[in-house]
Order: sequence, then C-alpha cells, then structure tokens
Amino acid sequence: MASVQIRDVRKSFGAVSIIKGVDVEIREGEFVILVGPSGCGKSTLLRMIAGLEHITSGDILIGDRVVNNVPPKERDIAMVFQNYALYPHMKVADNMAFSLKLRKAPQSEIDQRVKRAAEILSLTPLLDRYPRQLSGGQRQRVAMGRAIVRDPQVFLFDEPLSNLDAKLRVQMRTEIKELHQRLKTTTVYVTHDQIEAMTMADKIVVMHDGIVEQVGAPLELYDRPANLFVAGFIGSPAMNMLKGKIKAGNPATFVANDGTTLPLAVVPAGSDGRPAVFGIRPEHVRLDPNGQPAKVVVTEPTGAETHVVVHFAGQEMTCVFRERIAARPGDTLTISVDPSVTHLFDAESGLRL
Amino acid sequence: MTDHAGTAGRAPAPPSFLSRLGQSRNALGLAFMLPAGVFLICFLAYPLGLGVWLGFTDARIGRTGQFIGLENYQFLWIDAVFWLSVFNTLLYTITASILKFGLGLWLALILNQHLPFKAFFRAIVLLPWVVPTVLSGIAFWWIYDSQFSIVSWSLIKLGVIDHYINFLGEANMARASVIAANVWRGIPFVAISLLAGLQTISPSLHEAATLDGATPWQRFRYVTLPMLSPIISVVMTFSVLFTFTDFQLIYVLTKGGPVNATHLMATLSFQRAIPGGQLGEGAAIAVAMIPFLLAAILFSFFGLQRRKWQQGGSD
Repeated sequence: MASVQIRDVRKSFGAVSIIKGVDVEIREGEFVILVGPSGCGKSTLLRMIAGLEHITSGDILIGDRVVNNVPPKERDIAMVFQNYALYPHMKVADNMAFSLKLRKAPQSEIDQRVKRAAEILSLTPLLDRYPRQLSGGQRQRVAMGRAIVRDPQVFLFDEPLSNLDAKLRVQMRTEIKELHQRLKTTTVYVTHDQIEAMTMADKIVVMHDGIVEQVGAPLELYDRPANLFVAGFIGSPAMNMLKGKIKAGNPATFVANDGTTLPLAVVPAGSDGRPAVFGIRPEHVRLDPNGQPAKVVVTEPTGAETHVVVHFAGQEMTCVFRERIAARPGDTLTISVDPSVTHLFDAESGLRL
Repeated sequence: MTDHAGTAGRAPAPPSFLSRLGQSRNALGLAFMLPAGVFLICFLAYPLGLGVWLGFTDARIGRTGQFIGLENYQFLWIDAVFWLSVFNTLLYTITASILKFGLGLWLALILNQHLPFKAFFRAIVLLPWVVPTVLSGIAFWWIYDSQFSIVSWSLIKLGVIDHYINFLGEANMARASVIAANVWRGIPFVAISLLAGLQTISPSLHEAATLDGATPWQRFRYVTLPMLSPIISVVMTFSVLFTFTDFQLIYVLTKGGPVNATHLMATLSFQRAIPGGQLGEGAAIAVAMIPFLLAAILFSFFGLQRRKWQQGGSD
C-alpha cells in the first residue's frame, strides 16, 4: 500500500493540451475515483500514473518516490483495463500467474498466490478455461485476479465496468468495493459514470477539460457542488438550473428570467441584482398545495418514484416525487422548493455563491 | 352471379413451370453456381485431369499418346536430372520460405511501429509484389549479369573484390541468386499479411504485459508470437505453395542452368514437355509435384485447425 500524489501534472500531445495542471492527493488505502465526461483527461491521468503515458510536466509520486521516469514494471502497480486485456492464448490460471512467472517467482509461491486470488474472486472452477470461454463478468474478475496476484502498491482501474450489462455492473460494483475493503490497497478508479463514482468512492475527483473541478467525498459533492459543472454532473437526474437575478430583502429571493420568485436561504452581502443560476435537484422539489403552479409536460413512473418534467419559471424542469402522480400532460401541479437544499451559482463564473 | 361464385371458388391456376423454377431455391442456387462451376471445370479440373492422363501416356507434340502405364514414372525414378530438380525445389522452397518468414516478420514488426511516413513505407513494401514477375526477373538478370552486374561493380569500386562475380554461371552461386530474387519478391506478401495480423492484436495486451513486467523480447515471445501463430500458418502455407510451384523467375533468370543446377520441378516439366516435345514425361514430372503440395496442404490443414484458445463459448 502506498499513497499517490499528483503535483501540477500536465500533458500535451503536440500543441493540444490534454491535462492542464492537476493536483490530487491520494492517501494510503483510499479508494479514489476520477470521474468526468469523455475526453476530460481522466484516463490519460490514470495511464500517466501507470507509466503508460509520458508526463509533460509536474510530478507523480507513489509512496515517497517520484516515478516520472520510472518504467511501468518498476512502479509496483496493477491495472485493470476496460477491455480486460486478458491474454487470449493463456488459461485463466496462466493469465493470473504471468507476472509472477516473469518475475521468476518459485512455482509453489505462484500456485499459492493464484489459488488465494481465485478463492477471493470465486474463480477456482474456472482456472482451466480460456478467456473466450468466460462471460463478461467472469473475465472482469480474472482481470482483477491478475491484479490481486501481484499484491501491488496501487490498483488502477480504467472504466472496468463499462463493457458489462446494467445488472452485472451493479453486482461488480459491490464486488469491487468489498474487495477493496478486504485488501485495503490504494485504488485509483476511472469512470464516466457518476453513479459508480458516488457508490464506490471514498473520494471523488471530478475532472473536466483537463482540470480538476472539485475533489471531495461523494456526499460533499452532492450537497455542496463547487460550481455549475459539478452541480450538473453529479446527481441523476441532473440538477435543474434556473437563470435569473438575486433580489436582496428579508427574506432574499431569486427572480427567474420570467419573473417567477423563489425563496433563498442565505445570500452573500451586496449581491442585489446580481445575475445568478438557481440550482434545485429534482428530488428536492416537493408537491405543495400552497406552492407555485407548474404545467406537466411528461410523466415517467419508475415504480419507486415518479419523474415528472414540468414547465416552470419559463423552462423545463425535472422533478422526482416519491408519491405516485396521476397527472397527465397538460395538467397543473403546485410545487415548492425548500430553500435549505437549493444551490446558487454566479452566472458568469459558474462558482457557488 | 353463379358464374362469379364459381370463379371465386375455384383454386387459382397452378403457376407456370418457369415461375415455379424462379421460386425454387435449388434452381436458383444452381443458376448462381453454374458460371463458377463451368469456369472451374474448364480451367482447373480439365487441365489437371488431362495432365494426370498425359503422365500415363507417351504423348509428344503432334502425336496423341498411347497409354503406357507407369513407364514415365519408372524412367523418372532412375533419372538423375529429375532427382536433382527435386533436390533443387526442396532447397529453393525451404531456404526461401525460412528467409521470407524471418525477414517478412521483421519488416512487419518495424512497419507496425509508429514511423514517420508510415503509409508511404507500407506502400513501398508492396512494390516487389506489384511489379510483374517477368519484369523483376529481367531486372535481376541485369543485377546478376556477369559483365554489367551493379553488385559486382559496386563491390569492386569499394575494393571488396577484384573481379566480377559470376552470379548465374556457377551452381551454388546460381542457386543462392535465384533464392535471393525469390525472397525479394515474396517478402511483401508475408510482411503485409503479418502486419495485418499484428494490427489485430489489441495494444492493451502489450500494455498489460508491460505492467506485468515483460521486457520487449518477452512481450514478443509471450504475447505477439502466440497471437500471430494462426495467421503465420496461413501465410506460410501459401508462401510455400507459391515458392514450390515457382516457374517464371527461374525461367527468366537461368532457364534451369547452369547444368540443371537451378532446375525446379516446374521448369524441368516445361523443359521436357514443350521445348523437348515429350508431353507425357513433362506431365509426369508435374504430377510428381502433387504429393509434395498435398503434404503441404495437409500440414496446413492440421496446423490451421483453430487453436483451443480461439474457440468460443462451449466447453
């Protein structure tokens, strides 16, 4: 186990800058998830930790050692690839033993380590099979087994679940988390799926366009997103954003562009008339007989809850209700929002107010 | 009204023979296969059958042969020139194939790297294969010429040798020369095919192996080579078949000389049959190639059977 430190790391391919100065501190044994939309540089950053990509500037430390110019095999890391990268011509056992064989470990140690990893991942009955003969979930486990066998300082996962179907993904999510709780190896995990990030991580690093937007615990990002990007990225369905202005007073209010007034909890001093974005999560909109009218556009019952898209404050807004809604498109609901769970961002900078 | 009811109640007229033929899957299949079948029978099966038949006759040019059984083969069995050509063919095939494989694989590995002007180099590599064999044969003929050889000239200017090399005039030199020309011509096929195979290997496998601690040589030995083995066996089977039946290059460069030192079975067969006029004997030599080719094909048939790891699903 080791910590990983990323200090002002940059990466450019020719004139194109992919990573524009990233600082991340990963403590020993922590499960950190790099999350962001496609092309944000998260996979490149992971590959730089692995040593598969050269670092243009900055430092990466594993433990106390700067590894910028250390070749991958000497970094003592193991990586699980998106396509698993299992050697198709080797049986499961040989796939897992490959790194140990290259290291010229004694056969008894190889057998024992492979056996242990296979037991942890319940792969024992599959050891004699070829990767082709395995299902997606089993291959995924073999890929993890190959990483476990090495007992590395750091595990790196590059979108390991994106090739699995939805149900299996949920199951493997739990398995990976259990594995981490059991082995307590420092883990860096890349995904574009914010639900994976929320459910698995100790700490989430939200990346966008080669920079880190926010670092924090999952619920911290959910409760207090630092800017509009994080607010829109974390949470599903995405947060509703209403454009308008702040109106000082007691209590202060937010006036949307169409004149709809919404209550605000706290407002920084001197922000009267400031253009702002009012954020409200769909699940924080309540049905309220004394609330404001909203016209139903679409209802999507999911069983446990009902997603309703309404026309409110001059734009479409998604609401999630625990109640069952019988409303049909065109009907009017009355809704209200609790000012304590709303978010306010500066319209220009996108930063949280 | 009754008339109408009568018409409506009657079963529809049976479709004509032609329209039924148009509907029949078998007739349609036969129609599609016919052109290819006629082609194969006329230009492949018939000549092969005729060749085998001629091998059992004493046919000459201008005279239909009589069936003479195995007499041609009995004669060949004691014919030293024939055995020399068998030896030459085997030497030519084995040496050239090994060289083509080694150099072709090496070239493929180089072309698979990120090189500047990659597409340009890949196109260049195909050139020897694109040039008609006879044309490249003539070019090599000049290169090997005893008086005008550019190789000899260069070596003399460099001071390595002091007299012109007699490339095609001395037995072993001639053999080496025709093998070199064949290798030059055959490399592109091997290199480009293996390059295609290399490109099917996912880069993440190499990355995984790198992280597993493999050196470049180990990555080649444990990842590239095993994953390339199916395509290697296909390519090399074809390469061996092409080399074994080679005719044009030899015919242009040496016509089998000096003193039959470079006669291959194919050139000897032609030599005996057309200029020599002994159609039966020539055919017998050609037929004698069949067991060798069959062996190569059988070898590939068993070698090419999908490896266990390539098989999917069922266990």
